[in-house]
Amino acid sequence: MSSMTPFLVFFLGAILVALTKGRLQSMVLLAIPVVGALNLYYLPADMTGGTMMFSYTLSWLRIDKLSILFGYLFHLAAFIGIIFSLNLRDTTQHVSGVLYAGSALGAVFAGDLITLFVFWELLAVTSVFLILARRTEKSQQAAMRYLIIQITSGLILLAGVLLRVHETGSIAFGHIGLSGLSSWLIFIAFGIKCAFPFLHNWLTDAYPEATPSGTVFLSSFTTKVAVFSLARCFAGEEILIYIGAVMAMFPIYFAVIENDLRRVLAYSLINQIGFMVVGIGIGTALAVNGAVAHAFNDVVFKGLLMMSMGAVLYRTGTMKGSELGGLYKSMPKTATFCIVGAASISAFPLFSGFVSKSMVMVAALDEGYPIVWLALLFASAGVFHHAGIKIPFFAFFAHDSGIRVKEAPRNMLIAMGLAAVICIFNGSYPWVLYSMLPFPVDYAPYTMAHVLTQSQLLFFSALAFCMLKLYNLYPPELRGINIDVEWAYRWLLPRATKGFVTLFAPIDQACRALAVRRIEVLIARLYRHHGPHGVLAKSWPTGSTALWVAIVLGGLLLVYYF
Amino acid sequence: MDKPEKTHVFDKPRNVKRVIHALYAICALSVIAEFFVHRHVDHPWETVFGFYAIYGFAACVVLVLIAKELRKLIMRKEDYYDE
Repeated sequence: MSSMTPFLVFFLGAILVALTKGRLQSMVLLAIPVVGALNLYYLPADMTGGTMMFSYTLSWLRIDKLSILFGYLFHLAAFIGIIFSLNLRDTTQHVSGVLYAGSALGAVFAGDLITLFVFWELLAVTSVFLILARRTEKSQQAAMRYLIIQITSGLILLAGVLLRVHETGSIAFGHIGLSGLSSWLIFIAFGIKCAFPFLHNWLTDAYPEATPSGTVFLSSFTTKVAVFSLARCFAGEEILIYIGAVMAMFPIYFAVIENDLRRVLAYSLINQIGFMVVGIGIGTALAVNGAVAHAFNDVVFKGLLMMSMGAVLYRTGTMKGSELGGLYKSMPKTATFCIVGAASISAFPLFSGFVSKSMVMVAALDEGYPIVWLALLFASAGVFHHAGIKIPFFAFFAHDSGIRVKEAPRNMLIAMGLAAVICIFNGSYPWVLYSMLPFPVDYAPYTMAHVLTQSQLLFFSALAFCMLKLYNLYPPELRGINIDVEWAYRWLLPRATKGFVTLFAPIDQACRALAVRRIEVLIARLYRHHGPHGVLAKSWPTGSTALWVAIVLGGLLLVYYF
Repeated sequence: MDKPEKTHVFDKPRNVKRVIHALYAICALSVIAEFFVHRHVDHPWETVFGFYAIYGFAACVVLVLIAKELRKLIMRKEDYYDE
């Protein structure tokens, strides 16, 4: 079998998915990531792919440890997501999910910044259908906001790349570092997709509005491509350490008081990316390994949590903590899988978060950032609080909401089970994951001290939750929304522009009316001359035409003669 | 946490209490274990006895209390953006 660039398997597969139906479509869907992974496995290490465009060589296949790791990760995420969505009979979602996964693969194997830009925009365009497919008015609006922000990120990237080409003449997708305007533009473009503070709101706005399986796909790819790109271009930039620490801290406050449980997970997604960004900012081998390993684990456990909530949404039709509760009675398997995901994101010993998050934290102490370390420790306790306890507690336990539904469909249970097995496997036996990391690993997660301190941190966080709940100090789940940065463009901007519109609308109308009148006069004049009764539309006898030709020729002769 | 069976374990308050008591016990055990485990220390703060336990507990209480205040500031009706 001859090898091909990884994204092509998905793009060609998407065509087959669009052309098939029913059982055959399901088989094609399942085959895509399997064939893709085999293709990746047999990819010759020295294989390259590219094309010349103007005087630049565009390369869409660059193979190194980092791209291979993300390559396998995205195949795995696509496989799990596809199993989870198999019960759907919605070709739009299937096709866009496959194209979206393919775009993410294209981005991580991109060898230059132009190719990265192409897949960067494709990520936005292909994924928006996963939000639109919810087919509610709210989701349509959220999808448009999402698309505008994502495309903007791509345009900023393009501007940065073009400036960089102008400055350095290079389109290399390698270490860039922060110096000069072009690098800052690229940094901000990455920052938007990475959900940096103040640029994060598209994520918490759009992801909870997507379809149950759409959110599973969304949470796997876009932000991880951004983390990958940061690791490629900006590893070791100190500013990332502080950005990451803020990202790990602030979303947990929003998550504690958020009622939509998938929005809680969206905030906790930002919190987890914070740990990765800190790791990339520190930039040592241990820290970058930690960031990348955590990205891998996060895709699986966040996917698992999103799947469990997606299954609840699919069965109950609601995602509000204030309306759910007691579902362990009717969805016990989903509840169990959700708890595995919760234990993994909280970094309990033997679960996947434990072996990767701590690498970043140890690196922070080693490199002399104790305050950042304290912030990350706070965020670790906080993530257990909102994602580890709150999600399973308010969905499956708490008070009995009286909702009685069927257990999740079988394909969803299989997808969740697979993710749960990977969470426990990576947590208990991290060496396979460690061997795939970009740098050699010299780190032992299972020391007595680490197990003990992490257990203390988590058990006492649970104790705090318990006490606050018993003494009625815990904020109850209430119907309502919390405003965030999006307030500026969803509330303030429309109102600010309203004043502008009332002021300028009459002037604008007058100008338009004047222009229309002018055009009408012009049309009338043209009509008079060129219309059916106009002087120029008259039919002319052949004789007079011959006469006119003779006169013109005579004139020409005279001019020529003199 | 327990895997619920058809009897719906948490319908009985006694079972809820059991879970809470188990949590108390495991917290106590984890602190007692600190006497017996030699802790590798990367930073002087970590030498404080029960540092992780105290920090974890305090962090969560502070988190929730601040979040409650934050809610007064940022919570709106569900149709806030639709008006």
